[in-house]
Amino acid sequence: MHPVKKLKMKANNKAIINDRNIEVFIGQTLRIGVILSCAVALIGGIMYLLHHGMQTIPDYTTFHGEDASYTSLPGIIKGLGTGSATEIIQLGVAILIATPILRIVLSLVSFILEKDKLYVVITLIVLGVIMTSMFGGLKV
Amino acid sequence: MLILTFTLILLAGAYMAGLVGSLTGLGGGVVVIPLLTLVFHIDMRYAIGAALVSSIATSSGSASAYVKEGITNIRVGMFLEIATTIGAVCGALIAVYTPVNFVAILFGATLIFSAAMTLRKKNEHADMEGSPLAEKLKLNGSYPTKDGVIHYKLKNVGGGFSIMTLAGVLSGLLGIGSGALKVLAMDTAMRIPFRVSTTTSNFMVGVTAAASAVVYLQRGYIDPGIAMPVIIGVLAGALTGTRLLMRINPKKLRLIFSIAITIIALQMIYNGLQHKF
Repeated sequence: MHPVKKLKMKANNKAIINDRNIEVFIGQTLRIGVILSCAVALIGGIMYLLHHGMQTIPDYTTFHGEDASYTSLPGIIKGLGTGSATEIIQLGVAILIATPILRIVLSLVSFILEKDKLYVVITLIVLGVIMTSMFGGLKV
Repeated sequence: MLILTFTLILLAGAYMAGLVGSLTGLGGGVVVIPLLTLVFHIDMRYAIGAALVSSIATSSGSASAYVKEGITNIRVGMFLEIATTIGAVCGALIAVYTPVNFVAILFGATLIFSAAMTLRKKNEHADMEGSPLAEKLKLNGSYPTKDGVIHYKLKNVGGGFSIMTLAGVLSGLLGIGSGALKVLAMDTAMRIPFRVSTTTSNFMVGVTAAASAVVYLQRGYIDPGIAMPVIIGVLAGALTGTRLLMRINPKKLRLIFSIAITIIALQMIYNGLQHKF
C-alpha cells in the first residue's frame, strides 16, 4: 500500500495512531538529538584541546561580542569545511538548539494527523515566534 | 590558566551543576551562572549563553525519560508556549538595554524565589471542576498512576498564561529555564497536579530556551570554549541525578541545596549592587 494512504488510514483509526505512540517517538527523537549534539561537541572539544589545550585561556572577563565566525549558521558551516574545532563545537550547540524546535514540528505533524485544527493553529503560532526569533534580525 | 586545566575544572563544575539542578528540579542553568561569574569571573553574558545551552540540554535529556511515563500534557505545554516563547524573545530584546549588574540582581532574586518554591507544599490534588475556557482549549487531561488513571481539570487559564509570559521574559533575560515560575503558574493558578506540571514545565523549558538561544548565538554569547565542557558536564550530571532520584528521597537534599542556592543568590545580589560584574 502507498505509505501516505497507510498513514491516512492510521489517522482514521485512533486506536493505532494515538498520542502515546507519537509521544514515545518524540521522546526518542529528543534523546537522539541530545546524544548527537553531545557527541559532536565532544569530537570538537577533543580537537580543540589537542590544538589549543596548552595555550592560556582567552580573556573571558570581558565580552567580545559577535566578531567571531561561529555566531551564524553560514559561519559555522564555512568553518566545518576547514575542520575548525570551535565550529564543530558550535555545530553541536546548533543541534542542541534545534532539538526542541524539531519537537514542535513533530507535535505539529501529530496534531495534523489527529485533525485537531485548534492545536495545529496554536503550534503554528509557537513555530512562527521561534522563526521570527531566528530570521527576524532580532540580534540588534 | 591553561585551556586544558580550565576545561577540566569547568567540566567537573558543570557536572555538579547538572547533578544539583536535577536533584532540586531547578535545572542546570541556575548553578552554571554563579559558577562561571563568581568562581571564574567570566563575563555575565558568556554565563547567560552557557546557562541557556545547559537549560536546553537538561530539558531534552530528561524529557525523553518523562515522555515514556505519559504524564506530560502536550496541549497545555503547547498552548502556554505561545506565552513563554513571546516572553523569551522580548526578554532577549530587553537584555541589550539592561545593565549587566541589574541582570545579576534579578538573577539572584529569581534564584531565592526558585529555592523557596522547591520546598513548598505541592498540589497533589486533581480538580474535578474546570473552567469553560479550559474545556474549549482541550486542556483537561489525565495521567496513569499505580491506582489507575487520574483525570484532572483546569482553572484560571488567563492567569496562568500571564505568569507564563513573565516566566518567558525572565528566561530570555537570564538564560535560565525559570521552571519554578512555570510550575507556580500551572500548580497554583491553573490547579494542575504537580506531577503533570513538573514534567510539562520541563517540556516547555527547552522550547522557551531555544526561542532566545538563537538570538544569543548570533550575538556571540555562546562561546565554544565554555559551551563544550558545560554541555557535556551538565548532561552527565543530570543523568546521574535522575538515577539517584530513583533510589534516594531528595527531601533532605533539597533543603540543603536550597540553603546553599540562597547563599549563592545573596552573593550575586551583593556583587550586582557593588557593580562587580
